[in-house]
Amino acid sequence: MTEASNIIDQVVSQEYQYGFSTAIEMETAPIGLSEDIVRFISAKKNEPEWMLNYRLKAYKHWLTMEEPNWQNFNYPPIDFQNIIYYAAPKEKKKLNSLDEVDPELLKTFEKLGISLTEQKRLTGVAVDAVFDSVSIATTFKDQLKEKGVIFCSMSEAVHEHPELVKQYLGSVVPYTDNYFAALNAAVFSDGSFVYIPKGVRCPMELSTYFRINAENTGQFERTLIIADDHSYVSYLEGCTAPMRDENQLHAAVVELVAHTHAEIKYSTVQNWYPGDKDGKGGIYNFVTKRGTCEGDYAKISWTQVETGSAITWKYPSCVLKGNHSNGEFFSVAVTNNAQLADTGTKMIHLGSHTKSRIVSKGISAGKSHNTYRGLVKVAAKATDARNYTQCDSMLIGDRSGAHTFPYIEVANSSAVVEHEASTSKIGEDQIFYCNQRGIGTEEAIGLIVNGFCKEVLNQLPMEFAVEAQKLLAVSLEGSVG
Amino acid sequence: MLSIENLHAGIEGKNILNGINLNIRPGEVHAIMGPNGAGKSTLSSVLAGKNEYTVSQGSVYFDGKDLLEMSPEDRAREGLFLAFQYPVEIPGVSNTNFLKTAVNEQRKYRGLPPMEATDFLKFMREKMDFVEMDKSLTSRSLNEGFSGGEKKRNEIFQMAMLAPKLAILDETDSGLDIDALRLVSNGVNKLRSKENAFVVITHYQRLLDYIVPDFVHVLYKGRIVKSGTAELAKELEQKGYDWIKAELETQNA
Repeated sequence: MTEASNIIDQVVSQEYQYGFSTAIEMETAPIGLSEDIVRFISAKKNEPEWMLNYRLKAYKHWLTMEEPNWQNFNYPPIDFQNIIYYAAPKEKKKLNSLDEVDPELLKTFEKLGISLTEQKRLTGVAVDAVFDSVSIATTFKDQLKEKGVIFCSMSEAVHEHPELVKQYLGSVVPYTDNYFAALNAAVFSDGSFVYIPKGVRCPMELSTYFRINAENTGQFERTLIIADDHSYVSYLEGCTAPMRDENQLHAAVVELVAHTHAEIKYSTVQNWYPGDKDGKGGIYNFVTKRGTCEGDYAKISWTQVETGSAITWKYPSCVLKGNHSNGEFFSVAVTNNAQLADTGTKMIHLGSHTKSRIVSKGISAGKSHNTYRGLVKVAAKATDARNYTQCDSMLIGDRSGAHTFPYIEVANSSAVVEHEASTSKIGEDQIFYCNQRGIGTEEAIGLIVNGFCKEVLNQLPMEFAVEAQKLLAVSLEGSVG
Repeated sequence: MLSIENLHAGIEGKNILNGINLNIRPGEVHAIMGPNGAGKSTLSSVLAGKNEYTVSQGSVYFDGKDLLEMSPEDRAREGLFLAFQYPVEIPGVSNTNFLKTAVNEQRKYRGLPPMEATDFLKFMREKMDFVEMDKSLTSRSLNEGFSGGEKKRNEIFQMAMLAPKLAILDETDSGLDIDALRLVSNGVNKLRSKENAFVVITHYQRLLDYIVPDFVHVLYKGRIVKSGTAELAKELEQKGYDWIKAELETQNA
């Protein structure tokens, strides 16, 4: 056992490789939160009054709310007055092209493996890069524009597409939804905005890369994706942060709207700094993600690979309003060392013949805890709704935990709801068997874990599936016994 | 090829092997027989490097190298193969993917480049035919939902793929019906050559009708107490292990 757990410890204790920070001149808001700060952020972004009013309403509502406490983990109270709500690289002047972006910033993204210079980019992927509170650059804008696709930062959308933003912002996740969504609505700084017009199949993968750099800063981005009738888009987000001793809050909101026959595929590879092996530092990833299948035959598919963050607390959900609409959730959540994850989904069946599928794979190593929490709700009017849920947990070592909280609420007797769950353990016997065939322990863990997650990894766009596989192997390096 | 000298080993402070001596040369097949609890499976586990077992005395050299100093994966890469008595299941990992990883890891150790996917598939098909392996088993998850017979045949198939210098078959016959036993034995016989060697661990003589050994050793209380040719196995089958026990007791008396 001891030798085996040593191997696990080595694997688990692999250094976080994105932990560097960039020395760059920043402009930040004064620390803390008040009405003035909300006004400050809005002014910084030169926002129209309707936007400011939205923020202020959200802020006032937030003041009346209390932090939720039903999650399956504890965290020290967050001092919301000790967070900086706005941080942006100091701009000398308005940027006209990518060439004018601070080379330090470009270097940061290069180091993260994200090249913003378009010719170097993977073909077929457009990137929006968000550094602390602002969007730095969006690539391939012109090519997308030809098709009528709008892909820009949220701040830009507020100015250039106010009618769309007014119509959809908060339509899926209103600021009254929950504590962190209200906070986000008040102070969100940037994020991505996507609009796919009727009948358009977006010609490339869209991707946003989020990077927290500044100290003591919270990141509150807001993403809004609208797919009009008969359109299709595949979107991917990735995230990293420097290693810091204090916890940093990331409270994002993502809203998706899919109209008739439209399809949105949203993939996340989340690799925020998880804290050190004793649980010091790391990101609190408290995120609200929800999509509405507004029209008939609409489809929303969430795929997430969660390996980072000290605490992950999120439930990407689908509201299936349109008849025959379809929601999917594919998740791999890996926790190691002292990490905590409470994640899952909600599938709300409102329309008739709506379908949903949930495949969740949780892997816990070290002394981490991994919780799946999911709700399948079938409303009275949703005749012939179907859900299939599969929820598998894998334990590595003997100090980690896996928990499952499935909730099923069915108000229509024609519904068919299936739930399957399993828990397994990577055994020393499995590893020894691999060793005996000439496969080293780390490769063996990678092989076993990737086998376990195969169904979910298969959902990722090709370019990222390989990356995700590597990320899984790295996150678990040193973890088996 | 393999030389075991005065090997003492045990688990959790309990001695199981009490001084094993054994020499194996290329081209030879050695059968190790013995009653339950004699230490047969301990011997195979110690040779393969299972870490729960501790060696307290003695030495094992494999092709001139100190086997006991090597990690289990390096032992495998040096050409030692263990056909498990209870092969494990690995869900979601196809037999093909598993073997490809194993073959390429072993090639890497020998300084060879990984095999191209198409070459690998061709190579795999050849070996499948060679050991009469059902093709559907390769795309399924490793040993998952395999019958006992299928698991054992899969071990022999893996052995054919990895072409080890020394293969240890740990009670490969247990739980096999006569047809499966014949298939497994045929596979082994086809793989026998002047360059490689086999250690066949079994409780029963039956397997040795199919895989005819050059030497038979009787393991009892952690020691090899009697060695002979294939004839010895037949004698054991007739007289049972009590005969050996009785003989030993008279010697000791």
